[in-house]
Amino acid sequence: MESVEALVAHIQGLSGSADELAQLHGLLKQADGDALRAHSAGLLPFLSHLHPGAHSLGYLYLLDSFVSSSANLRAHAGGDLLVTVADFLTSCSADQIRMAPDKFLNVCRVLKNEVMQLNAPIRGIAPLRAAVRKIQTSSEQLTPLHAEYLMLCLLAKQYKAGLSVLEDDIFEVDQPKDLFLYCYYGAMIYIGLKKFRKALELLHNAVTAPMSSLNAITVEAYKKYVLVSLIQSGQVPSFPKYTSSTAQRNLKNHTQIYVDLSTCYGTGSYSDLETFIQSNAEAFQTDNNFGLVKQVLSSMYKRNIQRLTQTYLTLSLEDIASSVQLNTPKEAEMHVLRMIEDGEIHATINQKDGMVSFNEDPEQYKSSEMVEHIDSSIQSFHSLCPSIVSTNITEDLKYSYWIA
Amino acid sequence: VSADQLDVEAYAAQYSGRTRVARLLFIAERCGVEAIQLEALRMAHDEARAREDTVLYLDAVLKINSRLGPRYRHDQAWVDSVNRRAEQRKEKLETELNGYRTNLIKESIRMGYNDIGDFFYAHGHLSEAFKSYIRTRDYCTTSKHIVQMCMHVILVSIELGQFAHVTNYVSKAEQTPDTLDAVIVAKLRAAAGLANLETKKYKLAARKFLETGPELGSNYSEVIAPQDVAVYGALCALASFDRSELKSKVIDNINFRNFLELVPEVRELVNDFYASRYGSCLEHLEKLKPNLLLDIHLREHLGTLYNDIRHKAIIQYTLPFISVDLNTMASAFKSSVSMLEKELAALITENKIQARIDSHNKILYARHADQRNATFQRALQTGNEFERDIKAMLLRANLIKHDFNQKNWPGQRKMNL
Repeated sequence: MESVEALVAHIQGLSGSADELAQLHGLLKQADGDALRAHSAGLLPFLSHLHPGAHSLGYLYLLDSFVSSSANLRAHAGGDLLVTVADFLTSCSADQIRMAPDKFLNVCRVLKNEVMQLNAPIRGIAPLRAAVRKIQTSSEQLTPLHAEYLMLCLLAKQYKAGLSVLEDDIFEVDQPKDLFLYCYYGAMIYIGLKKFRKALELLHNAVTAPMSSLNAITVEAYKKYVLVSLIQSGQVPSFPKYTSSTAQRNLKNHTQIYVDLSTCYGTGSYSDLETFIQSNAEAFQTDNNFGLVKQVLSSMYKRNIQRLTQTYLTLSLEDIASSVQLNTPKEAEMHVLRMIEDGEIHATINQKDGMVSFNEDPEQYKSSEMVEHIDSSIQSFHSLCPSIVSTNITEDLKYSYWIA
Repeated sequence: VSADQLDVEAYAAQYSGRTRVARLLFIAERCGVEAIQLEALRMAHDEARAREDTVLYLDAVLKINSRLGPRYRHDQAWVDSVNRRAEQRKEKLETELNGYRTNLIKESIRMGYNDIGDFFYAHGHLSEAFKSYIRTRDYCTTSKHIVQMCMHVILVSIELGQFAHVTNYVSKAEQTPDTLDAVIVAKLRAAAGLANLETKKYKLAARKFLETGPELGSNYSEVIAPQDVAVYGALCALASFDRSELKSKVIDNINFRNFLELVPEVRELVNDFYASRYGSCLEHLEKLKPNLLLDIHLREHLGTLYNDIRHKAIIQYTLPFISVDLNTMASAFKSSVSMLEKELAALITENKIQARIDSHNKILYARHADQRNATFQRALQTGNEFERDIKAMLLRANLIKHDFNQKNWPGQRKMNL
């Protein structure tokens, strides 16, 4: 049994080339387990001898062994440990840590727990973001860290930070269960930023993913899916063909009040919807969806006003108020003004006459920006084609696909 | 419902048989004017008594409620004696029938069932009558027998309100190999039209009524009068035909002209509609409304038909124009501007009119969607959806690949958030 000092010396010596690393890895694996654990309490000072960037693998093993013991954590709570771990995560070498991914994930999880215990989730954001990038083999891969990172962003209300990770499209998934949490948290971030269309995409993926039995995340995802669909387009689309039969059969049973809400919304009456929401307010509160539900309610006005734009060229504010079931023309004016500012309708308010004129969409599709936009869309399709073709071929060639 | 212009006697004279009594009772129930109500009830009572139909008699007496004096009071003795005689006759008929059945002479059995059917019908036991008539089917030998059976069944079904059977048996009758008598053809058409009307298939009803030949005359008075054919046919046609059909099938239809002559008001209003004199057309309709509401078959459908006709009128009015002043239009349609505006808004939302309302100046502007912009918009949207769907598909393919690789994915585990 080598002593820790000897191990540290090995680490320092053998962290050069790939062969050396392989050898080091073997040594570390041998030393791992009871040996390191027995000395774990005293490992911290040794870390200062090692450089997190150059000796990442060794550093990782030592660090992992140290943080695996909760006694150690308690002893050093709040202290420099957090800084040490954060430092390591930001500066470690990606190649080296990929040799021991489980340990890396473990360290990250510990960091997250510590940060949450200290009630300072924001401290975990930068290190975890770096960690995600390091452990990913390609930007399209989903790791378990994604979900943890997004959760921290949500707790810290740093939605923009979450965006950088969300903007990459995910095509590779190692563990399907990672996907659900990722989609759910990601959607919540988009909802926080009011990007409802992207939120819907993620929720849609969570709801329609292949699954053999229902899990709680999908149920919660479906509840939000209903609410966001109502806000975005006024109706909830039916399950597409590729949804798993488990989801199709069981989702609605677990989310009955949301289904009722969407039927109530469909009637178009603001007061009915309001009463329904009030009577079920408690249920919505327990699901933490009350904020979204209130947004659904206000979207009802928007939808009714939008319908008016299809029928009228000009309309008095009083008529708008009465047809949309608002109380005064002043409220109608406010709503219309807000919608014009948000770009949801094209109109002009004439305050002197109390009239609103609805205009056509001024977009003529003739500008150079529009041409560029169309061009870039076409480019992105072309970039998708190779992956579609390759997926097709690899799946066809797989024997397991045929026998399954 | 003010029906002070209704001449009950003249109206009842158009009909015979059970339908006369049924219609009189219907009028009495719905008309709201006591004088006419009593008149109708009185006639219903007399008719029922003459026909020895105890069911209708009791109904009439109940409704009269002793308001017409001693002669119209409930006469239980008469009811009992009629019932006794009826019972005796029924026994006799049934014994005869059994005799025929043992003898196995088809024609006699058929006639036996027919007689029993007639008997039940006369005394108001409609479902038994229906059953008896149906049973003659097995013993019919010539197509004449079949047609006779069909006509009986149709008659009873109309009264029972089972219009699916009516349609069924009309087609059965029309399919017999022999050519049918023109009167019978006309009767079948009228019956089919009636069935379609009651099942709300107004376009088909219009077609059938318009195909009814003038030979119908008053030969089908136990079901329908020729005036009714004209009214039903014209209203259904107005509500459901487009202009070209209206012209070819109604206005230029020589056969139908005979029917229309019987109700000149209806003829006027059809011509008005075609000539775009919508105001006067709608006025005629309003005038006819109270009397039509008393018609036993038309009452439930009158609201829908009138609405459809009005909407059609509005749509046709706006078609030729780029802009329409709502004030002129309101006076043409004899309604207020705000009501008209609401109707127009509803029609625009249903996409029946392509236009926009300038509520400030009260003008309706025709609006044609800009095709070029719409195409661009749709193309961009399709592109976005395509991209999104492809990405989701690639993701799902990946998931399924993993599912195959590790069949033991712990999907059973519930994640606690």
